[in-house]
Amino acid sequence: MLATRRRLLMGLSALALPFPNLALAAAPTDRRFVFVILRGGLDGIGAVAPFTDPDYRTLRGEIALAEPGKDGGAIDLDGRFGLHPALAPLERLWREKQLTIVHAVATPYRQRSHFDGQDLLENGTDDPRAKTGGWLNRSIALLGKPKERDRRLGLAVGQTVPLTLRGEIPVATWAPPTLPDASSDFLAKVAALYREDRTLGPAFAQGIGAHAMSAKAMDSRAVGDVPARGPGAFKAAADAAGKLLASVEGPRVAVLELNGFDTHAQQRGRIAGPLAAFADGMIALKDALGSAWSETVVMAASEFGRTAAVNGTLGTDHGTAGAAFVLGGRIGGGRVLGTWPGLAAAKLYESRDLAPTTDLRAVAKALLKSHLGLPDDALAKVVFPESRTVKPLDGLISA
Amino acid sequence: MSINAFIAASRFGLGARPGELAEIKDDPRGWLLSQLGNGSEPTAGVGRTGDRLKLFFDARNARGDEGIIQLYRKEYREGFVADVGARTRRAASTDQPFRERLVHFWSNHFTVSAVRPVVAGIAVAFEDEAIRPNVTGRFADLLLAVARHPAMILYLDQAESIGPRSRAGQRRQRGLNENLSREILELHTLGVAGGYGQADVRSLAEMLTGWTIGNPRRGVIGEFLYVGVIHEPGSKAFLGRTIAEGGEREAREALELLARHPSTARHVATRLARHFIADQPPADAVDRIARVFLDTDGDLKQVTQAVIAEDRAWRDPLTKVRSPAEFIVAALRATDVTPQDRALIRSQTVLGQTPLTAPSPAGWPDDAAAWATPESMMRRVEFALAFAGRVRTRREPGDLAEAVLGDALSDETGTAIRRAGSRTEALALMLSSPEFQRR
Repeated sequence: MLATRRRLLMGLSALALPFPNLALAAAPTDRRFVFVILRGGLDGIGAVAPFTDPDYRTLRGEIALAEPGKDGGAIDLDGRFGLHPALAPLERLWREKQLTIVHAVATPYRQRSHFDGQDLLENGTDDPRAKTGGWLNRSIALLGKPKERDRRLGLAVGQTVPLTLRGEIPVATWAPPTLPDASSDFLAKVAALYREDRTLGPAFAQGIGAHAMSAKAMDSRAVGDVPARGPGAFKAAADAAGKLLASVEGPRVAVLELNGFDTHAQQRGRIAGPLAAFADGMIALKDALGSAWSETVVMAASEFGRTAAVNGTLGTDHGTAGAAFVLGGRIGGGRVLGTWPGLAAAKLYESRDLAPTTDLRAVAKALLKSHLGLPDDALAKVVFPESRTVKPLDGLISA
Repeated sequence: MSINAFIAASRFGLGARPGELAEIKDDPRGWLLSQLGNGSEPTAGVGRTGDRLKLFFDARNARGDEGIIQLYRKEYREGFVADVGARTRRAASTDQPFRERLVHFWSNHFTVSAVRPVVAGIAVAFEDEAIRPNVTGRFADLLLAVARHPAMILYLDQAESIGPRSRAGQRRQRGLNENLSREILELHTLGVAGGYGQADVRSLAEMLTGWTIGNPRRGVIGEFLYVGVIHEPGSKAFLGRTIAEGGEREAREALELLARHPSTARHVATRLARHFIADQPPADAVDRIARVFLDTDGDLKQVTQAVIAEDRAWRDPLTKVRSPAEFIVAALRATDVTPQDRALIRSQTVLGQTPLTAPSPAGWPDDAAAWATPESMMRRVEFALAFAGRVRTRREPGDLAEAVLGDALSDETGTAIRRAGSRTEALALMLSSPEFQRR
């Protein structure tokens, strides 16, 4: 049944539409790269606590994590930093050197708007209003020769394509099914109506192609099998991304998005859920990738960190530097990279935020260079324009 | 009948109901202008803010009794489902669809979102109470009504913001929350490049301290309340001026200043032009609309008239792709289907746009890049087919398509509808067609 439908969809996307089929050409790489966007401004100090910093407890007050070993305490990583207990599933990856933290990291953005901050995190420039599309789309463009681009190498998990994947190269999307399938015959009739529409036509053709591919990669595509929202949705999305990335014909670069980090008030209660969802999602991604995990690198980052001090409502406000996570099967992790600037009053950025000491682009560049093999020159000019002074971060991938 | 009747009904209205294009006939602008004069009653069936928040606080006060807490919470959540149902049915049946679109436009400009559980039960009430009465009034009044509504105060954490040097702040070691202040400046008024800095964000946050809502401890429940003991004392520097110490009045004065600011005029004009003309709004149209905004002190009736007067809005039909929620309302209007609350909210949710649940204070996007994605288009078409199967109409699908798409109906779509293998497929093709997916 599924196989039949898949064949029909494949045929439809190839024949009935003036757009190329996907999944025909060989992939230019077997490496996988996943970018996880943690939206809302992840509190880096809350997620990866500098529990030995002399100012940590004073600044954080009631929302400081307890000492490692105590009830609800931080999970000691290296005697200096500790994971929030909601990230406990990641501890094993740390011990197995499959997780690296980069702390006090920030994009070039120095204002405090979520929307501009996220646009800049995704477009890879220093201008939130740049009309360039996303840095990940530009990276995909560099991956293969034109012919190899007939397959969709990029995957957005969700109904919409995040800015970082928008641009010259079309990408696939996948979202949990919630509606009964339409017949291939009906889809062909609609596709004919869209033939002249330069926006709806290509989008619909890609939609058909994506459904064909996911019908093949996923065990099942029945309505209600996969939670589309609420608790478990991110884990399900990560699981789906893993299965699609693992597939021989599947994408090689994927973006996952997780909301809920804008913890202005009552942070203690509000941050645990999204952090746990992130950790569970990363384990689900690893499990779904199977042996391809050893070919995979994940980077998870947020638009900015949050204020060093707890605010008046037991939360934290928009800040500057935060923490980024790098995961993968053979990254040689188990380290906290970056220079810790300290939380002393004089060390804070504008007297309020954790000061940035590492440019997030240096992290992304190092991964794109050593994992996906993109050349330095293109990274400095095309992927992250005018970023020659930002050198790839040393030591991220040592294995 | 000309293409302009279709543009009036679909770009400015919410999609034609059968008979609507005939009613508009050769006076599309007159049809739109006639909708700007009338007031607009609250939506029947939507719970009022005060009643709903009482429920919320009752749940909070039922300390320890999980059963009662769950009961109240369930009632609160179900209130949201019923409210969205009532809102959608109103949009589907109104004979003032342009006015209703304006309500939706402004409630997206001033987004509150039910993603915060406390907002869910009062999100539609916010639209009814703060937005609806003001869409053809002064922008300053709309802004004030929004900033003082409990839904906005709770959504953007204003209720808990306390002046650090206020009496309560010094006693309780609590402080400012900048969230509402920042979004007023960035999203509601000046726009992100509108000429303000971090110091202005902080000043406005200080002026806003004390703007909170009543709770059982304070006696009144669910209404705006000014609480002097948490207000930050002293005068405040704001946008190059000094606003003298004046308690509750300070933030009012700041909002009046913002409502008259040229950056606000430009920001609002750009959003209106994007909504009613094209994703990339023409600069000259933005200039003219912004000029009217400034010249009339933000009289939204005259600003809206300026939008209607833009020839560009009438020149190219179908420049805008309907958002999923717009598509569903248009489908309901075209087919005269009135589903139950739960089906209504579910339909909008599977297409990715449950009303009043925008992912951030920036609201829903208003361009094709965000909505015409592969997955979204696939779902719209699957939805169209499932929906068409539930439509009970005796009209011939071809006649119905002519009645609701008028001169925009293309030969290709008309032919496909007439050749369809079943009534369901014919209706689904009409709903999927480019002229129905666009406005």
